[in-house]
Parts: sequence; C-alpha cells; structure tokens
Amino acid sequence: MAGESGSALSDPPGPGWFARAGDSDTFASFKASKVAVAAAAVTALLFLLALLAPLLSPQDPFDPAQLELINSRLPPIWTLGASWPFLHATADGQWPFLLGTDDQGRDILSAILYGLRVSILVGFLGVLFSATLGILAGLIAGYVGGAVDAAIMRVADVQLTFPAILIALLIDGVVKSVMGSRITTTAILAVLIASIGLSFWVQYARTVRGSVMVEKNKDYVQAARLIGLSSPVIMVRHVLPNVIGPVFAIATINFALAIITEATLSFLGSGMPDTQPSLGTLIRIGNRYLFSGEWWIVAFPGATLVLLVLAVNLLGDWLRDALNPRLQ
Amino acid sequence: MTTPVLSVQDLTVEFVTRRATLRALDRVSFEIGPGEVLGVVGESGAGKSVTGAAVIGLVDPPGRIAGGEVRLSGERIDNLPAEQLRRVRGKRIGMIFQDPLTSLNPLFRIGDQLVETITTHTDLSASAARQRALALLTEVGISAPERRIDSYPHQFSGGMRQRVVIALALCAEPELVIADEPTTALDVSVQAQIITVLKRLCRDHGTAVMLVTHDMGVIGETADRVAVMYAGRVIEVGAVTDVVRHPLHPYAQGLMGAIPTLADTAERLASIPGSMPRLSAIPPGCPFNPRCPYAYAPCTTIRPELKPPGLRAPAVPGRKVACHLYDPALAPEAAAA
Amino acid sequence: MLAFLVRRVLQAAGVFLAVGIIAFTMFRFVGDPVNQIVSIDTPYAERLAVRQSLGLDDPVPVQILRYLGRALGGDFGISYQFRQPVSALFAERLPATLELALCATVFALGLGVLFGVVSALRRGTALASALNALSLVGISLPTFLIGILLIYVFSETFRLLPSFGRGDVVRVGGWTTGFLTPSGLKALVLPSITLGLFQLTLVMRLVRAEMLEVLRTDYIRFARARGLRSRTIHFRHALKNTLIPVITIAGLQLGSLIAFAIITETVFQWPGMGALFLQAVQNVDIPIMAAYLLLVAGIFVVINLTVDILYTVVDPRLHVAGATGG
Repeated sequence: MAGESGSALSDPPGPGWFARAGDSDTFASFKASKVAVAAAAVTALLFLLALLAPLLSPQDPFDPAQLELINSRLPPIWTLGASWPFLHATADGQWPFLLGTDDQGRDILSAILYGLRVSILVGFLGVLFSATLGILAGLIAGYVGGAVDAAIMRVADVQLTFPAILIALLIDGVVKSVMGSRITTTAILAVLIASIGLSFWVQYARTVRGSVMVEKNKDYVQAARLIGLSSPVIMVRHVLPNVIGPVFAIATINFALAIITEATLSFLGSGMPDTQPSLGTLIRIGNRYLFSGEWWIVAFPGATLVLLVLAVNLLGDWLRDALNPRLQ
Repeated sequence: MTTPVLSVQDLTVEFVTRRATLRALDRVSFEIGPGEVLGVVGESGAGKSVTGAAVIGLVDPPGRIAGGEVRLSGERIDNLPAEQLRRVRGKRIGMIFQDPLTSLNPLFRIGDQLVETITTHTDLSASAARQRALALLTEVGISAPERRIDSYPHQFSGGMRQRVVIALALCAEPELVIADEPTTALDVSVQAQIITVLKRLCRDHGTAVMLVTHDMGVIGETADRVAVMYAGRVIEVGAVTDVVRHPLHPYAQGLMGAIPTLADTAERLASIPGSMPRLSAIPPGCPFNPRCPYAYAPCTTIRPELKPPGLRAPAVPGRKVACHLYDPALAPEAAAA
Repeated sequence: MLAFLVRRVLQAAGVFLAVGIIAFTMFRFVGDPVNQIVSIDTPYAERLAVRQSLGLDDPVPVQILRYLGRALGGDFGISYQFRQPVSALFAERLPATLELALCATVFALGLGVLFGVVSALRRGTALASALNALSLVGISLPTFLIGILLIYVFSETFRLLPSFGRGDVVRVGGWTTGFLTPSGLKALVLPSITLGLFQLTLVMRLVRAEMLEVLRTDYIRFARARGLRSRTIHFRHALKNTLIPVITIAGLQLGSLIAFAIITETVFQWPGMGALFLQAVQNVDIPIMAAYLLLVAGIFVVINLTVDILYTVVDPRLHVAGATGG
C-alpha cells in the first residue's frame, strides 16, 4: 500500500550500509557538520558528569542522613534573597549549594548529577533491551516469513496502538498491585527499563524485517545456504551485519525517547521515588514550588534534561542523514 | 540559411559534489532546423539526457549550466529568469520522458493534467481546453477519448500513457519537442507505434524534434540528422544516412558496428573494447583515446574540436567530427611529413 | 476495495480482541473483582457466593466473552476507589479529553503540514533551517516541561491564560463543552498547545521528508517540463501526493494523543480521562485501567478504519469503479 512507500524515517536502506558507517564519507560529513561535533561533545560531557557524579557532587542526594531540612529550598548561590527581579526567594544562596536546594534540603546540582545517571542508565538499558527484542523479532519474521511473520507483525500492530507512556503506566500499575509497598528501587528501575523496551521494539523489528527480506534473496545468502550453513548462522553472521546500520540510527533517536519516557514517568509519580530522584522526579517536586517562586528546582533539572535529549537527537538526526544514501 | 529552431553552442554542465566538480557536458554544440528530427545517440552516461534537461533549464542541483548558450529560434533562453523560462517550457519546447508509468501524476485524471497544461499556456477557457484535450487524445490515437479523458493514469497501459505524455508535450503547439528515450521503457511491440505517432504528429505540426535514444534502429527510421555523444561531448554530427552508413569517428564506427542489421547477418558484430570513462576520470585529450584502435601521440594531449573533416572523408555540408585523424594539421601523415 | 475494507475490519476486530484479552486478564487476575462488590470484613462464605454470582467460576473463554460483551454494552465494572460504575466516570470525563484532543489535533495537523511544506520547498533557506531547528527542539522537549514552561510564562508571568482546569463549561445534553464560553476557550489554549506540540513536530518532519521525496519524482519533473506554475506544481500536485502516506502515520500519531493526554491533563489539572487513568494507576484501580485500555484500543481501531476509508477516497488507484487495468 502506498502508505508504506518512501518515508525517509523507516525505509530500510540498501545493503553495504554497515561497511559504509565506518567509511571515510561518513566521517568526513561528521567533521563537516559543526552541529554534530558540538552535539557529540555535549553528550560526552554529560556522560562523563554522570559517570563521575560521586566524585563531583558536594552531597550524596540519595543519603537521607546528609539532608538537613534547615537547608531546604535555598536559592542558587548567586541569588541574594528578594533582590533578583525574577523572584521572591526567602533566603540567600549558600555554599556549597551552587544551584540551590529542594524541599528536603537536597543539593540540586548533586541531584542533577545523580539523576543523569538514572536517565542514562534507563535509556541505555531500555534501548539495549528493545533493540535486542526488535532485531530478533525482525530477523525471525523476515527470514522465516509465512505465518510466523504474520503473527509477529500483528503483535507489532497491536503494540503500536499504545504509546510507550501508557504501556509503562499499565506495567507500573500491575507491578504495584502485585508487589504492593514492598517495591524496591531496583524493581522500579527494572519496570522502567522493561516498559521502555517493550514499547520501542516495533521500529527495529520493522526495519530489520524489511532489510532481511531484501537480503535473503541475494546470491550470498543462497550461497551460504548451499554450503550447508544453518539458518541461525546465516542470519546472524551474514544477514545481520548488512542490516545493523539503520539500527544504530534508530537506537540513537530511541535513546533520547527513552530518556524522555523515564523522565515523564517519574514526573507522573510512576517512576523514581522522591528519596532517589531522577531528573523527572526533581521536576515533579519543583513544579509544586514553582509558583511560590522557587524556580530553580524545576529549571536546572529541566534544562539538563533538554540539553541531553537535544544533543542525542542532533546526533541521531545527523547519523540518519549521513547513513541515508538518498540524501547524498 | 533559415534560423535554426534550436542552437546549442559550447554548452557546459557541471555537477559540484563534496569531492570534485564533475563535467557532465563539455562544450556541446549542435543545431536543429525547423521541422527537423535530430537523433542524439550514445551510451548511458554520455550526457544525452543532461543535454535535454539543460536545454529546457531543468538541470537539478547540484548540477548547473557552467557555460555556453542555448538559442530557441535565435532567442537566447539559457539565461532567462526562472519565470520566463517556465513560459518557454511546455509552450515552445515540449518534453517527453523515458518512463510513461512515472511521468503522469497518479492522483490526477489525465484530462485534468491536459487541461491544466493547456490553460497555463493559452487563453482558452476550461471547456475549450477540454475540447482541445479531446482532439489531442484523438490525434495521438486514443479511441473514444470522451470515455478515457476522465480516467486515471493507472487505468492506461504503458503505451497508452506514453501517447498521453506525447499529447501533453504537444498541447501548446511547441516549436521543438525533446523526447528523452521515449520508447525505452515500453514493450518492443509498442515501441514502433509510439515512434510512428510521434513522427506523424511532429510532421503534421511542423515541430522539430530532439530525439534522445540509444536505439540506433529508431534513429535510422526517424531522424534526419544524428549527433553522437561520448563522455559529455558531441564527437560526430551529420545526416543520418552518412553517419549510420559511413561513420567517421572511431567510436561512432564501433557504435554503428554494434547495430545488427538483417541485411548482413553473416558479419560479426563489432564491439568496442573497454567502457566509457566515469565523469570523475575523463582522460585528457580525446576522451576515447584509451579505447581507440587508432590512438597516437596527440590523442592523449590535445582535445579534438568538432569541425568538418579535412582529410579522408568528402566534405558534406553539416557533417562534423571531433577526431585528429580527420584534421590535416594533426593527422599522423602531417606529423610524419 | 470492499474485500480490502472487510479485511481491515477483521484485522481491527482481531486487534480489539487481543487487547480485550489483555484487559480481561488484568481485570480478572491482577485484582480480585469480588472486592468491587463486598467490603473488607465480609465473611469468606459470602465472598464465595458473590464469586459464583459474578460467574468467576465459569471457564475463562466464557468469562472473556462475557467481559467483552458487557464492555461493548458500556459496562466496565465498578471502580475500586470511587465505588461508582466505570462507565459513569468515563462519561463524565470523556468530553474534556475529546475536546482537548480535538484542539490539539487541529493545531498539530494544521501547523505541522504548513511548516513541513514550507521547510521542504524553501530547503536551504534561513526560514527552513529555523523551522528544522524548531522541530528538533520540539521533539527534544518533554511534554510536561512544555506545559510547565507555558504555565510559567503565560499564566504566572503575564497572567494571560488560566493554568488549570476547563474554565466555565456548558452542559449540552450529556456532554459538557468548553467551546461555548470565553473562559472555556481560554482554558483550552495552553493544554492544546502542550498536547499538540510533539505531534506537530512529528507531522512536520514527516511532511517535509515525504515532500522532498515527491519533489524528486518523475511526474513532478514532467510537471515542471510542462511549464506549470510553481504554485500549481507544489500545492496541487506535490502536496496531494505528499499527504497520502502522511494520512496513515498522522492518523496513528493522533490516536496516541488520547493516551498522551495523561501527561497534559496532569500538568493542567484537566478533569479528563488521562487524569482519571493516572489516579487509577496510583491507586491500583484495575477496572478503570482495563477499561481505559479497551477505550484506547477502540479509538485506535476507529481511527485506523477512518484512515483506510480516507485512503480509498483520496487515492484513485484504490477506487473500485472503472478500473480497466493497466
């Protein structure tokens, strides 16, 4: 049907894709694109900050013993009480709380650094999970075909009915009802990763399936079959390297989406708890105080979140264009 | 001498890519007289289609016209502003593309596509334009046009669609039609019909034709004169009988030798060793020199100009060749003397 | 074409059935439906009797069919938290969500198509670059942050528009509408923008990619060779061809607006389905969750069928009459 033709986002690109990813052309276009370089630098910096969070943070924001209520809702260090026209903070900023504190006396900067870790961890594992799931489903659907293919693609259709956020909330609700109040942070993380993985696999599956269906009729696959290689070996060794390229572009953009999804769930109160806040949790907390003038609890985590997602999206966009032969 | 309908002088088209500037057309020159059919032949990639596109100003970026002139009935059109050039396209120059299956917008009735073209270029009212569309469809050999005019392209066969495309190209009575491989995408059985229709219509309306093709059979039947292209250059031009029967340029000789004729099946098909150079690696001097059986010293350094032969061939009006063998100053004999 | 539509209807029914089974499984096994009826201190024997009367001892397929049958008749059970029929709760809140989604759709489609076309046609200009940059920012801003930002600027700082609720609504039959009062209309502005912005950027990027693709086709080249005016080529020929594949994906995306409304309704305290669903998730109110799942699937199915029918109307290649073959 006509609807499946030509969307640049989803079309399986031609073969030889993976080889070309390392080609000088792609690299040259990377050097040529200042935006891509800047995005890569910002992404790398944020990853580094997350990695080194325990070393950089003045405070461990997850340790209740380090939180003093007397330090709660302090403005950023450069704010002097009510002097700044923006707002009407109750106290002056204090060292070492560079970006101020939240309602528990938690240092915002430390919380951001630790929150970044959650964002990146959930994003990365979520993408890994969904990519593995999607690639497997796509390989099997494309290679085996027939009823198996039809079944997998129908499941994908049903899946597309429900946005990630809804699936995640449902899983969250069910897990909560089963586990009750015994739920642990690890379980919450697992739920977040699983719900993200389960909601993003379709795109990989569709792309890989499309490419596999093109590749499997090529001579080299026929030849591999003739010399007696088994189907799984052919798929993984010969077909997969030819279809893995577009998966990278999808994975990068989905990484950004996964981070947004985690933040949204935490914002809605179905993600990380107040005691171990992620960026989304901080924004939820801050939103309660935004209208009484404590803007910094929302603003800094929000800005960090947007910066991370924007940088990753820029990288993904560039990657998609650089790897799309039709745009060259 | 009458003003030619189309006169192309030193037309050069370049494609600017990240790595290099490629010259797709290199100082191409030719003329087409009123009512004349000029065949343009050559392998794929020789620059035939680019020539057609450059004449009507439709070279897509990153390509651009880098030099030369295009004159339509004496008036220069290659440097016209976009809006004036648009008025030339479709009105004074009609265009027929290779693939009739993709030339027509699938979402519009063929009648609407005809009417919009007619009303764009004439003062006819919509209903008068529709009458004209019906007449054109009859002319291109579509029976019962009243029944077919409101059909969509997918309801027509490939041959029928190409007839519609011809009707579209001719609907504003242009002076010139550029037909870019009009039969390549069609069934062999339909090709002859389409050529016949095109020939008849252009003769009836006195329209000149630039017929781009790699099918020498079509050229032999249809064209009055023929231009042979190689690696973005015109290497030989002349009356069709001369060029087909007695090609001068070694490449043209090879090309003509590659046409099977029923008359002498016994003779082995000649083929040219090697292949046309890529645009990024056109050799200096004569671009054909690496494949040429007669190549000698000047061929690898001096570019042969397209001019009347001064040696080895009778001087026939309108006949030109770009080969040192026919240049009294550079031929091997001259060097020996 | 009829066969095509019948096949699509069957597929839709399949999707609905699959979601129905998931919803039923949640409804039946995650929470105990008996709790809907009885109070906590009801004796065991009485509970058993209730179980029996609810048919919970019947074979599972029978229960599934009964559940779906009731759901089709509008009976989704009783909410655990509110002790009210789910259908009544939904009926009360559906208008708020639908009106919000409608406004967001108009906003996202209208501007999305316009911006996409402009950025494709003016490719390489400053305007196109600005629009592309904007779309990237739009796709990188989480919905809830957009909401917070809009509230902060337009409600808090400039006090132009309300930051929460629907404003004054008018009851027309069983429907409450915010379209008929100035405050109701003002209340719709910020939530609609918040909800629609992400879809707007998606639609814009899709239209742009599709339009660039169409502009490269032979029939557009031929249209140019015919000397048609740029306006005709772009807005008559190219746009129509662009919009056909866009219909599908846009339909799919807009269907998800109902679910995305969860976020927007939370930020703006909008009394709609999404807020109700979120409350249900937090209080493990399974009947509402299951019913919401079915509702979203139902909306999706309806949108998909609409898209299929639109397709056959817009694309002559799918017309049934007069097809003589090619």
